[in-house]
Amino acid sequence: MCGHGYSYGSTYPAVEVATLVTKPVLHIDRVVIRLAGDSGDGMQLTGDRFTAETASFGNDLSTLPNFPAEIRAPAGTLPGVSSFQLHFADHDIMTPGDAPDVLVAMNPAALRANLGDLPRGKTIIANADEFAGRSLTKVGYTANPLEDDSLADYQLISVPLTSLTLEALKDSGLGKKEAERAKNMFALGLLSWMYNRPTEGTIAFLEKRFAAKPEIAESNVTAFRAGYNYGDTTEAFAVSYEIKPAEMPPGVYRNINGNLALAYGLIAAAQRCGLPLFLGAYPITPASDILHELSRHKSFGVRTFQAEDEIAGVGAALGASFGGALGVTTTSGPGVALKGETIGLAVSMELPLVVVDVQRGGPSTGLPTKTEQADLLMAMFGRNGESPVPIVAPRSPSDCFDAALEAVRIATTYMTPVFLLSDGYLANGSEPWLLPNSADLPDLRRPFATEPNGPDGEFLPYQRDQATLARPWAVPGTTGLQHRLGGLEKSDGAGEINYEPANHDYMVRTRQAKVDRIADSLPPTEVDDPTGSARVLVLGWGSTYGPIGAACRRLRADGLEIAQTHLRHLNPIPSDLGPVLRRYERVVVPEMNLGQLALLLRAEYLVDIVGYNQVRGLPFRAAELADVLHGVITEVTEATASMTR
Amino acid sequence: MTGIEIGMPTLKPKDFKTDQEVRWCPGCGDYIILNTVQSFLPEMNIRREDIVFVSGIGCSSRFPYYVNTYGLHSIHGRAPAIATGLAVSRPELSVWVVTGDGDALSIGGNHLIHALRRNVNLTILLFNNRIYGLTKGQYSPTSELGKVTKSTPMGSLDAPFNPLSLAIGAEATFVARAMDSDRAGLLSVLRAAHEHKGAAFIEIYQNCNIYNDGAFEVLKDPGTRDEAIIPLVTGQPIRFGKDGHRGVVRAPNTGVLGVAEVSEVGNDAIVVHDPSTEDPSYAFGLSRLSGSDLGHTPFGVFRSVQRPTYDGLMSAQLDEAVAKSGAGDLDQLLHGWDTWVVGAGADAS
Repeated sequence: MCGHGYSYGSTYPAVEVATLVTKPVLHIDRVVIRLAGDSGDGMQLTGDRFTAETASFGNDLSTLPNFPAEIRAPAGTLPGVSSFQLHFADHDIMTPGDAPDVLVAMNPAALRANLGDLPRGKTIIANADEFAGRSLTKVGYTANPLEDDSLADYQLISVPLTSLTLEALKDSGLGKKEAERAKNMFALGLLSWMYNRPTEGTIAFLEKRFAAKPEIAESNVTAFRAGYNYGDTTEAFAVSYEIKPAEMPPGVYRNINGNLALAYGLIAAAQRCGLPLFLGAYPITPASDILHELSRHKSFGVRTFQAEDEIAGVGAALGASFGGALGVTTTSGPGVALKGETIGLAVSMELPLVVVDVQRGGPSTGLPTKTEQADLLMAMFGRNGESPVPIVAPRSPSDCFDAALEAVRIATTYMTPVFLLSDGYLANGSEPWLLPNSADLPDLRRPFATEPNGPDGEFLPYQRDQATLARPWAVPGTTGLQHRLGGLEKSDGAGEINYEPANHDYMVRTRQAKVDRIADSLPPTEVDDPTGSARVLVLGWGSTYGPIGAACRRLRADGLEIAQTHLRHLNPIPSDLGPVLRRYERVVVPEMNLGQLALLLRAEYLVDIVGYNQVRGLPFRAAELADVLHGVITEVTEATASMTR
Repeated sequence: MTGIEIGMPTLKPKDFKTDQEVRWCPGCGDYIILNTVQSFLPEMNIRREDIVFVSGIGCSSRFPYYVNTYGLHSIHGRAPAIATGLAVSRPELSVWVVTGDGDALSIGGNHLIHALRRNVNLTILLFNNRIYGLTKGQYSPTSELGKVTKSTPMGSLDAPFNPLSLAIGAEATFVARAMDSDRAGLLSVLRAAHEHKGAAFIEIYQNCNIYNDGAFEVLKDPGTRDEAIIPLVTGQPIRFGKDGHRGVVRAPNTGVLGVAEVSEVGNDAIVVHDPSTEDPSYAFGLSRLSGSDLGHTPFGVFRSVQRPTYDGLMSAQLDEAVAKSGAGDLDQLLHGWDTWVVGAGADAS
């Protein structure tokens, strides 16, 4: 069903033994692999490469990088452990997996930090060379766990990764320290053999990445091949596995993470608006990659401004919007806290502005590299006065692309700042993306005002479009439309400073009505209720889509009925949501916060939401969610049973 | 400066007035500044729609409402940041920032120094009245030490900023000083600022007759002003006082600028003013001649040097990117280099 094309061109031959497999190959339908090591061990790079190999093979996949906020925490310690989890399958999957099937532990700290997540009976591949002396005691091992039987419940494969790498590179001319650094590529080679991954891409990648240092490129390729050959020849690995490509809708795919998809979405949206993109931003984890990416695309007319602070970032974006650019600022929660006053100004001046918040654990500096959904209420209410701002949220890494287009559509159509709430999991997690055709993307053009609109030939900057309530966008340079905007309350129509009670009341209500009216442009809420007779609805927003969907699948596979819906728009909420909620006896809202959407829904619809909340800095586990939903379904069923008794 | 059109109708000062009632206190120095700026704007020969005034919050920041151009009355301290975004995305516009001592130097100090060091093509007018007027009379970051106000009944405790020293410390490319009551001086400084490409910073001493009346009296009183005001004239020895009996000299051992009697040191010892001096320590030295007491206060252009503008450099990078790789192709971008094809059909490329 699939024809797989590879886009690599390499001067190195692919690993030859790939065609000489002599060991048995077991077919499995899915696997979850977690690579764990020191933050200096290159686990993220290794994970990215393994993901790329898997993507090009045609599996469906989902990834979860997990790394410390410290750039180089002390080597060999628990806080310094960095990991990368990859779930891939021969069918469509929705999450990076609850728990690994295979844990690759590059040192004792990596084993200690991750063993708790590994179910018994699963596989550990440990770098035996590192399990000695100080490395063990540093993380509290009094004996070597690879030798003392404490891992008897697992499939333990000890591999002296470091010494094998050194052996493979003994003629490379590299010093011991440099040669050792290639051990992650040895591990990647081994995994590539175990799962019959294509190897051309990695070889081409290494060649390109180290083009300036051919000896490093060569040593990495050598280590990679040595790892592959080791798997093929050593007795420790009796079988390899094959996971067939997944059935996916036809088209061209690439693997993409949320931050990249978001950056591309902004570029695409600017093109579809016919406006130059201006990004004002200050570096902040986990949003900085959007700034980095957009800075690379000046040939699209993208201007990126690394501002002196968060406030200047959003201020410059708003100034650019006044000038007729598509003004965007990207940040994370602490940055939103600083930008609040300027976002309020954008509400008052009614100019388009996109505020991207890649949420992370809070409050304060919180958990910079971990995910959370706890900025929803800040986005809703975190400004002085009645200051309504539309909010959209992507549901998966690739969906960040579409969410960016939607945020821009709302911003320019309704002349308003818009929040786009991504999060750390979406930002760094990745999945295959069916590439859109640029010509099929929505047309977002909205013309600037060019003529006076007043009865006496004057320009009225606050005279509104009757359908959208948006005011005209008149940019400097337009003859005869000179006008002054500001944060002071202004009169309806003329936009002059006005402190009259009735006018303020009218303007406050009109700004709110304008945002509420966005609901008229939203598609009907889609509810996934296969039997049409579920009694429990699970409703989510943002990155919980994957785990919630996976949980629903589990329940349905067990013969239980559950309905699922997921909100892209948090403000305004789609107008048909009320009736949807009332159709079900129970509505469960899982969130990675303490119940922020639940609070809004209870207030709006007087529906008694059942919250399920976690703030662990990690995505939900599908199995846990399934248990919770199962419990609610059982409760509803038993309540009916007891009533009929 | 673009926006000039051959044969465009000649504009008059009244063309730059709006129908808004000016709401400063009667007697405020802001009136004279507004009037002077409005009479200068036609000289620029730039269409009204190509000019934007951006302000923050404070008395001075009401300015844009009274000028018939495009305008933004933004939020406290942020005008330089907002104007930067505008100037960078629309380099052909003439963008002005109107701010005050509290707005620019207290809440907005960070944005001011960064706009200056980047050399964004902005003209920044800082109305310095050494007091918070709009909030009814608290001391400001330019108030003299020991200032007694509502918030400092026993006198203020913090040393003031010298706005010009700050701007020159940030290596602003154009720095000047003028005074509300000196219309000719302000006009000449505005002209020089208009000629300058890059960030132009003008401090304008402005009297707040309600909360800090007479703050600059020593510079206005006919009995004291001649001995207090140091006029800076390019190419001329810096002399002042009755018959130019005093001059600015350089201390031989430290190079620090100071004031001396010309009769004692001789005219050859007097520093000849050159605002194009690259090293900012010269202009900085001039800015240090006056302390809070305004005893020796230079007026005019302290510094005017050429450096590429931030907005110009950014536009050049965009042009260079297009020249190098062609205008961006969205489909190509989305495609990247690592794709695969599902379904019958050709290989990905």
